[in-house]
Amino acid sequence: MSDLPELLAQLETDKALMAGMVKRLASGLDKPLKVMEVCGTHTHAISRTGIRRALAGKVRLLSGPGCPVCVTSDSDIDKFIQLTEIDGLVVTTFGDMLHVPGSRTSLAAAKDKGADVRIVYSPLDVLSIAEQEPGKHFCFLGVGFETTAPAILATVAEARNRKIENFSIYAAFKLIPPALRLIASHPDISIDGFILPGHVSAILGTEPYRFLVDEYSKPSVVAGFEAPDILQALMMITAQLQKGKPELEIQYSRVVTPGGNLNALRFMDDMCVKADSEWRGLGVIPASGLKLKNQWKSFDVEERYELAESSFEKNPLAEKCRCGEVLLGKITPPDCPLFASTCSPSNPIGPCMVSSEGACSAYYKYER
Amino acid sequence: MCIGIPAEVIEISGQTGKVDYQGVVRETSFVMLPEAEVGEFVILHAGFAIKKLSAEEARETLKLIREMLEAAE
Ligand code: SF4
Repeated sequence: MSDLPELLAQLETDKALMAGMVKRLASGLDKPLKVMEVCGTHTHAISRTGIRRALAGKVRLLSGPGCPVCVTSDSDIDKFIQLTEIDGLVVTTFGDMLHVPGSRTSLAAAKDKGADVRIVYSPLDVLSIAEQEPGKHFCFLGVGFETTAPAILATVAEARNRKIENFSIYAAFKLIPPALRLIASHPDISIDGFILPGHVSAILGTEPYRFLVDEYSKPSVVAGFEAPDILQALMMITAQLQKGKPELEIQYSRVVTPGGNLNALRFMDDMCVKADSEWRGLGVIPASGLKLKNQWKSFDVEERYELAESSFEKNPLAEKCRCGEVLLGKITPPDCPLFASTCSPSNPIGPCMVSSEGACSAYYKYER
Repeated sequence: MCIGIPAEVIEISGQTGKVDYQGVVRETSFVMLPEAEVGEFVILHAGFAIKKLSAEEARETLKLIREMLEAAE
């Protein structure tokens, strides 16, 4: 029997641990610190556990681009909507994508009007459905980072094994390191260190982030998702700054190893090529996306159907959404004039309010 | 999408198996984690086991944090 659940429960529930760490961290700082938590799940944990409030004035925690739904561009979302208009095509997706507004409308609105849009827990579920309904074509929306892409690619490989031909994906995968390079090199964004994502790093390992230390001298620590994990990562960053020696460290060692998960990496290397990709707020970043290689093209929905570039007028309210700046750590959600007035989880104007990993939804839920 | 709640492996045959995820039994693919064994804890993502959780490392993390706090007192 492993005592792991008990150990994790201690990390999660020991309030004295968190209080002691906050005190220790705050007293060890001689000047305020600016740290970016790249991953949306960290953003939520930081809001929910009260870390941000407890460290106010000492550590400024800025959320980064690590919410896959949030960084998906309007033009991709508009194409998802176009897919729902194709006869005999069923759009399948994780639930998070449903309510995200594109420039014209959302998948949820299309579904309300009768489009066949189905939510699944795992892309593998789509294969069983496709086998049961051979008369229809099933497209899975491939939105996600290095944690999710291998799961969807493994599903494509499985579809080929099982000779399922009425299945495809829309490859909108995004890679975290190129986005971090953009942020680290951005002239208007000054950050003292990075809290790196836990589960993207479970796949990637640490080497792909090496440039943050070598080229940009940014302390960078891969952290777990409990309050003590995040606080310990902040202490590691502080210690590096005090020593004047930026390093790449793993706090989340119970899951992350320097080499990552080679089996998962192989799916990406074998089946995809890197491609330029458009991120909300960050623009087009070179080689920051993945597209299927030629031998897998029959599973690429964009090869099967001609999808037009969207040419819709943006809804004027959506024009005012400042998600792009939120994702770059330039502003925090309350700096957006629409936050919690016009824009709320029941009436979201931008994806950062829709997604369960979005910074605006975290602030709305826990920090108002 | 990225929660770190561990799931316990309760059955594996070939590339698929079952995990106990907070009392719920789930079909899981082990294609990315063929080295997982029954009784071990894994991180799940979208129906796939992506990485093992190490009890030893979790213990070490707690120990380090506690030592650091004691040193500060
Ligand atoms: S509060 Fe709403 S409108 Fe403002 S940045 Fe966030 S999602 Fe966009």
